[in-house]
Amino acid sequence: MGLTDLPQIMPGQPGISLLLWLLIIIVVLYFARTPAHKAIRAVTRLLRNALHIFSRSILIAEGSLKNRNREVLFSMGQDASERQIAREFERMETVIHRDLAGFPTIYRKLDEQITRMEEDYARTSEVPDTPDAWIRAVDAVANIPSSDAMVADVLTNIHESMNKAQKNAVEEYREMFHERHHLLKKLLPSWRKVNGALCEVKKSVDSLDERSREVDAQLSKFEMICKGKSAGERMLSSSSFTQFFISALVLFIAIGGGIVNFNLIAYPMQEMVGGNSTLAGYKTSDVAAMVIILLELAIGLFFMESARFTRLFPVIGALDDKIRERMKWITLAILVILAGSESALAYMRDLMAAENQALTRSLTDVPMVVGGESFRNIPTIVQMVIGFILPFVLALAAMPLESFVHSSRTVLGVVIVSLLRAIAFLFRLLGNVIHHLGAALVHGYDLIIFMPLWIEEKLTHRSGTTAKA
Amino acid sequence: MLRNISTIVAVLLISMLAACSKPTPHTRGVYMLLDTSGTYTEEMNKASNILNYLLVKLAPGDSLAVARIDSGSFSEKDIIAKVTFDDRPSVTNQQKRGFREKMDNFIKTLKSSPYTDITGGLVQAVQFLEETNSGKKTILIFSDMEEDLIKGHVRDFALELKGSEVIALNVTKLRSDQIDPRDYMKRLDAWRARVEQGGGTFRVINDLERLERIFED
Repeated sequence: MGLTDLPQIMPGQPGISLLLWLLIIIVVLYFARTPAHKAIRAVTRLLRNALHIFSRSILIAEGSLKNRNREVLFSMGQDASERQIAREFERMETVIHRDLAGFPTIYRKLDEQITRMEEDYARTSEVPDTPDAWIRAVDAVANIPSSDAMVADVLTNIHESMNKAQKNAVEEYREMFHERHHLLKKLLPSWRKVNGALCEVKKSVDSLDERSREVDAQLSKFEMICKGKSAGERMLSSSSFTQFFISALVLFIAIGGGIVNFNLIAYPMQEMVGGNSTLAGYKTSDVAAMVIILLELAIGLFFMESARFTRLFPVIGALDDKIRERMKWITLAILVILAGSESALAYMRDLMAAENQALTRSLTDVPMVVGGESFRNIPTIVQMVIGFILPFVLALAAMPLESFVHSSRTVLGVVIVSLLRAIAFLFRLLGNVIHHLGAALVHGYDLIIFMPLWIEEKLTHRSGTTAKA
Repeated sequence: MLRNISTIVAVLLISMLAACSKPTPHTRGVYMLLDTSGTYTEEMNKASNILNYLLVKLAPGDSLAVARIDSGSFSEKDIIAKVTFDDRPSVTNQQKRGFREKMDNFIKTLKSSPYTDITGGLVQAVQFLEETNSGKKTILIFSDMEEDLIKGHVRDFALELKGSEVIALNVTKLRSDQIDPRDYMKRLDAWRARVEQGGGTFRVINDLERLERIFED
């Protein structure tokens, strides 16, 4: 309904009637100004406050959810860190058992080698006898100042004897040095053995050193998590996001494998459950194929759980080791049987496809492709191999599934927190907008009745100046 | 409370089990009428190709019947071969081979009929398809669609074709159609009107290179 729809005050003169109506409305609005302003302000204030309260309560919920996320994140991080530290200690234990268990033997060998080397070295220090003392007597005789022929004969004899003795001494020295060299040469393998043994020890010690550094890193991480530091939170959060995306990607690939698996067995399933009946709108053969795939997935999960690769079911983890071990072998056996069955179904699928092809050829009189038969076995073998491998691939999907489940808790929490924050912001914004809209409405109201307001202002001003005068 | 829950669970389980054994409405029933009157017998090679196409396309659980259109087609005796394919694909393939053999024998020993009772064949087709309980019912008429009845045979009644699709295949043009093509159009329009009045749908496929249109929904 517009102004033109109002009844005419002066019949036959719509322009004047409209003007009169406008005048009436403006006058009414002028007199209703104060309560109207109050009403607009009250309504907008009410809406703004309600929206602010709502926003605040959402922020409180966001805060508590954030705290809860933090607790879960730290608890998960703590658990993962504990597991890693335990694993590192297990590895250290293995290194100690494997390498350092033989340390006494190595020590004994080293000791023996060193003793032998010491003995040999001592033997190399043995020196030949010093020249005889009578040489000095000969020297004295030679200094006798005489030209006697007898002395000369004696001296000649002495000289010959000396030459002989010297020759013998040189021979003896040579033999001695030869023997020393031989002994020193014999020391070489012993040095090598000692070196080898020491290298072994070094390797073991290095490995231990590396492990201890790993443990140190894990422990500092664990410490950071236990203290609830923000750096630890950031680290865990980013790790969760990475885990989430990687596991989602791997799961996506596993789903692809599942689809291939489904297509491989759905058609031969028709031979067992019929290709015509349906279950809840789906072909029974398709449902049966899907059930088999889900069964493989479930058995795979149980196998991975009992083999302690995953920790999705605490009940299985808490089982007695003997029972768990038995469960591991049973689930593995079932998995192998299912893989074998799937391989057989893949073979059957190939046979059925060949049969269909033969029938189609006979019906449509299409000639056989020459040479195509020589490659017939390749797709059959490939299908059978894929049929056998895919159940194990599905079983392995338990690991990314575990990561996905754990990391999605954090990711989902972060997403919900962000969403709540955004909603709270929107409500706050809306409240403020309504509040300012109220102010704008008040001004708009005054704009409609600007004429009486202007007159009022003029009158007030005049009465003011009269009063002053 | 617990009793109520257990009752609901039991009902749900029973209904699920019942759903397992129910025949599905997804199956297809195809009834093919072959005109054996006059010179139309020369077109049997084309009919054989159509039949091969049907045998390739039909799946386990589907039904197929081929009947001849002769002087009095409202008779089980005119059904040359009929089959409802087994659930197992391997058995279905054997059935298809057997069906094909029967049809080959029929075509070899085919004798032309003096009259063409298309309406009688249609009524027979509807009866057969009703019995198969197929989800989709298709009646293929391989004929020039020119009905020629024995004096005294009453065929001018309304047909009951609800849920059936009638497809006229290879509708050849008669000599009279060459003189006035409107005769051909009138003939087809008359059949279309008759089928649609009976609650069915009517299509014509003359290009036998596009047989996939038979199973277009």
